[in-house]
Amino acid sequence: MADAGPQGTKRDFLFLATGAGLAVGAGAVAWPFVASMAPDAATVAAGAPLDVDLTPIQDGQIVNVFWRGKLIFVRKLTEKEVTDMKAVPLSEMIDPAAFDTRVKAGHDQWLIAYGNCTHLGCVPIGHSGNYEGWACPCHGSQFDAVGRVRRGPAPTNLPIPPYAFETDTKLKIGEEGGKAVA
Amino acid sequence: MSSAHATSTYVPKSRLAKWFESRLPLVGLVHSSFIAFPVPRNLNYFWTFGAILIAFLGIQIITGVWLAMHYDPSAGNAFESVEHIMRDVNYGWLLRYAHANGASMFFVAVYVHIFRNLYYGSYKAPREVLYLLGVIIYLLMMATAFLGYTLPWGQMSFWGATVITNILAAIPVVGDTIQSLLWGGYSVGNPTINRFFSLHFLLPWMIAGVVVLHVWALHVTGQNNPAGIPIKSSKDAVPFTPYATIKDVFAVVVFFILFAWFIFYQPNYLGHADNYVPANPSVTPAHIVPEWYFLPFYAILRAVPDKLGGVVLMFGAVLILAFAPWLDTSRVRSCNYRPVYRVFFWVFLVNAILLGWLGAKPPEGGYVLASRLCTIYYFAHFLIIMPLVGLFETPDRLPGSILETVTGPGKQVSGSGMPAGAAAEPAKRG
Amino acid sequence: MRIARLAAAALVAASLGAGSALAEDGHGINPPREKWSFAGMFGRFDQAQLQRGFQVYKEVCANCHSMRLVAFRNLAEEGGPGFTAGQVKALAETYSVKELDDSGAEKERPARPADRFPSPFPNDKAAAAANGGKAPPDFSVLAKARTYERGFPWFVLDALPVTGYSEQGVDYIHALLTGYEDAPKGSEMPGSGYYNKYYPGHVIAMPPPLSDGQITYPKNEAGQPVVPETIEQYSHDVSAFMAWAAEPHMMARKALGLRVILFLILLAGLLYYVKKQVWKKVGGEVHGLQPELHKTY
Repeated sequence: MADAGPQGTKRDFLFLATGAGLAVGAGAVAWPFVASMAPDAATVAAGAPLDVDLTPIQDGQIVNVFWRGKLIFVRKLTEKEVTDMKAVPLSEMIDPAAFDTRVKAGHDQWLIAYGNCTHLGCVPIGHSGNYEGWACPCHGSQFDAVGRVRRGPAPTNLPIPPYAFETDTKLKIGEEGGKAVA
Repeated sequence: MSSAHATSTYVPKSRLAKWFESRLPLVGLVHSSFIAFPVPRNLNYFWTFGAILIAFLGIQIITGVWLAMHYDPSAGNAFESVEHIMRDVNYGWLLRYAHANGASMFFVAVYVHIFRNLYYGSYKAPREVLYLLGVIIYLLMMATAFLGYTLPWGQMSFWGATVITNILAAIPVVGDTIQSLLWGGYSVGNPTINRFFSLHFLLPWMIAGVVVLHVWALHVTGQNNPAGIPIKSSKDAVPFTPYATIKDVFAVVVFFILFAWFIFYQPNYLGHADNYVPANPSVTPAHIVPEWYFLPFYAILRAVPDKLGGVVLMFGAVLILAFAPWLDTSRVRSCNYRPVYRVFFWVFLVNAILLGWLGAKPPEGGYVLASRLCTIYYFAHFLIIMPLVGLFETPDRLPGSILETVTGPGKQVSGSGMPAGAAAEPAKRG
Repeated sequence: MRIARLAAAALVAASLGAGSALAEDGHGINPPREKWSFAGMFGRFDQAQLQRGFQVYKEVCANCHSMRLVAFRNLAEEGGPGFTAGQVKALAETYSVKELDDSGAEKERPARPADRFPSPFPNDKAAAAANGGKAPPDFSVLAKARTYERGFPWFVLDALPVTGYSEQGVDYIHALLTGYEDAPKGSEMPGSGYYNKYYPGHVIAMPPPLSDGQITYPKNEAGQPVVPETIEQYSHDVSAFMAWAAEPHMMARKALGLRVILFLILLAGLLYYVKKQVWKKVGGEVHGLQPELHKTY
């Protein structure tokens, strides 16, 4: 293909354009395959907010609920746990977070947190470990009563899902400020 | 690989390439098979269908694997999961329509490939094994397509599965056992769709395996060509790359236009409306017909008033293809040089299309008689016409070389070419 | 090639003969071909028509016919009737669906957009029992599940651009809804059943579902109906709605198809040129090999 002159240049350009066309076509074909693996429309639409009635939950009790297929802990803290958790100095934490950031104002007794260990996703066992909280059976991470990681290997605290108190005894998970979370 | 050209002319340049090549001569294999491989220079576009078929095998496997991510192979959920793919999965409609129409396009291409082979006598020595592998691929394709068509679990799926499994029950002695092993119960039901899905996933990989053998055999004997004469000198051939490569890519893209037309504008044309009705074991659709690519064989099945006889003839109609290399007595391959057999070839093609049309018609009145006549002719073509015409026909004079068919006789061409004997010698038949 | 042409002609002649001989095989007359906004390569659903069609379905058909694959949210999705998310939410809340509460007992809650249309009967058996032994068919994909035979050579033309035709199912539904007549004299009607010109066998269990003025369509600003409130119009609208329900991504499909096919034609053109360039040295018209051609050997 070493033709010199304008003839060769024009031909080389067309060869190049054809090659580019084939590459673009192959790329465009790949897209629907990738897109089809994303959550489908039914799954996305099904993540409607979840109502939780808090009346039957006792002091110190942990209740498991599922939203969007994910496990969520609903825990009613005892007075002692609230006092203890407020007193923990931030310097002792792996992922420092003040007590206020873990609960909603005016609802000090209620911890709502995702129930999978932030290390590799196992479900920590409640009321175990050294921090009045959870201990993960898989790799030994420990969380305190408001889900803050206190012993590794988990790197971060249990995340808090979007939720709001409709009344003092009724919780809506998946909704914040009156709007469903997309 | 062992043949004249198998010794690769590939010379690794870098040290890494040399290191690798001396341990696994993969690059050399690809080079000798798809780059330096000598291709007869007179091939027409009918010879691009091999590439088109490989493209469709790839499309079917990839779209199939992706559909399997969303499909639920159970009698209770299959229909709904297919509709879930069509409605909710991102581009799910595209994947499904590509897979469903891809199956039809696959058969369009394979029929062109088969009739090209029959016209140009590609099945004859020394390509019998290559050809037999092709017949095996065709059988596997039919099995795969049938299994796949049952999976949406609509009315046609269910009744197709019922009819075909009842066909197998006609086999003497072991028929009932085969049938109940396929069903996994006392009728077509949940265990059936489960195993059909499993087998539908398995068979394409077997097809891919036989395709590798098919291509291997092709590279041992070299390609036939429209003149049906072997490559005699380097001047008769061109290297596979870029000549055949670019031609194949062009043909594949053109064929994709047809494919895209069906996917986007006539996605249900080649299917049956009844398959959008969920399977119902208590109601059989009024007109139960298989997919279009099975229609000729379906017509043969129904042409015979006896259950076992119909089944034997139907399978025989496919299997008789395997005997073509030995039923054809002519020394000349290409119909271009066979004035008498050429006519019979076209009659055979029309007869096959007619059988297909009859397969779609209800088995009543004149249609039954026509199916019987066409069935008789179908078998007569192989058992009577093929052997006899070869004995009595006077073929036209064959060209001196492949080059001569391209440039006209007597033209002298200069240039160093491919090594002589690059392709296998033709078997001398007498 | 001459023989091939002769053979093809013979085939056409033979099939035409056989076709006309056997055309009247007792499957009724073919539905008339209607005009649909969504037909053809550039076809699009008419949003207002789909909304009216949904109204017909909701007020009339839904009393017996389920549509269990369609969800409320679909009504607001692209390429459909184009209701707003708010309208869909409000509509869904007028229905109730059953779910299990924490004690495992069934309770009712207002439907959400993610829920599918509730069915008029709790299950197929109940539907069959309430309708003389045969459950009214589900509407979700019915427009694709019905068709009629067009015969040779029409079925060939139906696959092609320009003459293409894939609305047989919708045409059949429209024809069925408007095809009720008095039974012709001398024909025996069984006790329960209605004569319908287009139904296979002509005796259909469904009473005529539509009548003129039965459904009040939304009025325009001047207080006038935008379209006539007639059987013909209702039937068109609900058929179009069913066509959308059966193929909700049709508009996306046709739009993508145009781009894909134009791209492929362009690419094929480029490839043809490249192929010609490559083959210039050895092609059928160009005589003589260039010496450098076989240097790779």
